[in-house]
Amino acid sequence: MHSGDITIETVTKIEGGATVEAKVENGQVKNLKFIIHDYRRFYTKAVVDKPFVAVPSFLSRICGTCSVSHLFAALKAIENSQEIEVSEQTKILRQLAYDALMIRDHTLHNYFFVLPDILGLDSILDIPENHDDLGHQLLHDSFDIKQLGTDLSTAIIGAAIHAPLPTVGGFNKLPDESQFPALIDRLEKIREQVIRGVKVFYDWRADFKRNSDYIAIRGKNGFNFLEGNITISNGKTYDPQHFRDFLETVVIPYSHSEGYKIKELNEDYLVGSLARLNLNLDQLHPRTKKDLKSFLNYFPSDNIYDQDLAQQVETLHCVDDAIDILKSLKIIPETPVKKAPQLGVGVGAVEAPRGTLYHKAEVNEQGIISNYDVIVPTAQNQINIENDLKQYFNDHIDKSEEELKFEAEKIIRCYDPCMSCATNFLKLKWIKK
Amino acid sequence: MSDPNPPKMVIGWFSFTGCEGCTIHLSELLNKNFDAWIKLVEIRYCKTLKTKNSMEGLDIAFIEGALSSQEHFDKMQKIRDNSKYVIAVGSCAVSGRPSSSRNDFGPDKIDDRIKSYFERFDYAPKVKKIDEVVKVDDYIQGCPMLADQFINALTKYLKIFKLV
Repeated sequence: MHSGDITIETVTKIEGGATVEAKVENGQVKNLKFIIHDYRRFYTKAVVDKPFVAVPSFLSRICGTCSVSHLFAALKAIENSQEIEVSEQTKILRQLAYDALMIRDHTLHNYFFVLPDILGLDSILDIPENHDDLGHQLLHDSFDIKQLGTDLSTAIIGAAIHAPLPTVGGFNKLPDESQFPALIDRLEKIREQVIRGVKVFYDWRADFKRNSDYIAIRGKNGFNFLEGNITISNGKTYDPQHFRDFLETVVIPYSHSEGYKIKELNEDYLVGSLARLNLNLDQLHPRTKKDLKSFLNYFPSDNIYDQDLAQQVETLHCVDDAIDILKSLKIIPETPVKKAPQLGVGVGAVEAPRGTLYHKAEVNEQGIISNYDVIVPTAQNQINIENDLKQYFNDHIDKSEEELKFEAEKIIRCYDPCMSCATNFLKLKWIKK
Repeated sequence: MSDPNPPKMVIGWFSFTGCEGCTIHLSELLNKNFDAWIKLVEIRYCKTLKTKNSMEGLDIAFIEGALSSQEHFDKMQKIRDNSKYVIAVGSCAVSGRPSSSRNDFGPDKIDDRIKSYFERFDYAPKVKKIDEVVKVDDYIQGCPMLADQFINALTKYLKIFKLV
């Protein structure tokens, strides 16, 4: 057994930087800190005193990979504050763009970050250049799937990262329908590659269970990332406009981000794909359900590693949902809904790829932002991650330092965390006495 | 027989304060370019893609994001010392913005919540763009970085290193 301070610096396949500090005494973890190590940019303060119309595009810059989630959450928050009701076409186009986001973002996480763990490699860069190799095939599947997600995003909202076309009340420019048939063809063809990935993540039976409390949006009429009520795994549902009624903020002195608990349970909880499938499995697209019939039996699941499988299942759901939308969509010319500014407060809640995201906008009579609040999924998962690691270390305290570090990183990676800011290291500071 | 270890341009990819949208854009450019680039380029440091990283002996360091703290300034200097060329990638690295938004805050905007972060962590008084801290050899504009400018820069340096 080691004694004294041990610092292991490991660069991790996650977005942003995090540190883990563990203090072990007599074979028990006395103290474990999961620290989000990004420097804040104070964007919610930067938007104060700015006209609301400029804010969604600015706030999409909170995050490169889930940029579209922040964009849409901000649009919804501001539209709710202004009582702007967008058209059905706007809602459908946002749903389609969101399918594209999920296809690209889940594939980045599952293949670029997790797949090396399955293959026993350090990185996708180490996958052999051999066409018969499964890793090689999967990597090239991921290029095709991601590219299609990006191309679909570009066709609908102008870009996959920091998209220029969506605006308060609708779209600056509507998509060109003539692109749809080729996109439908490519989505049909990609299904086989996505399903190949489902099999890989289904067969990877890594296992870690601890928590069983989940929160996700549940659509009123089927699976929905953008509209619905907040559902908690104890059966309660809430209007997202009142998120402060069920979420309790926990200040974590050593982290650059606040954490959250479910108020009435005083419990940590998990948001993300696993939470969504545990709560909304019945709402998946019928074609997804049919073709994945033999791969859905693990859900509902408390195994954190099933988050990867859940993301892959959602990818197919989004492919199937996008095909349906593109087949039935006839673009009607329209301009964004416009209204004179009014005093108001609005919340926009969406499911980002890695969990529920809340934006809250307070706007004055002149249409100027007076206050803004954002709660991101990774901040919500922070306490859950910390408690998972604590349990994992206690259960496996006799394993080698190297193995503990590797497994801890794998568990963190399951959450698909997105610190979205400065890229520091995951430092595992392990103090054993 | 082809050389089993052909010479490659050794690059590092570093992210400071920003949204990592340029990294995400890079991951998208890999969709169509991975097979060609992997033959010409060794990615020696990129924490988004690999666990075992080294910043020793870099031909080029690509820098995304702005610099928020003394720790960042020191790390940036270390990267500069280890690299033949440094390229600032994307708006935050090139101009500081939008990551440097807090530089514009008047005293009225520095509330107790912000003060508590300033007190607990080593935030520098001002967020800096890369060339305020080290010499920068090239700039790739855009938010996120413009794909054409990135590909042009990569090609330019592959020529300098006589790999194309």
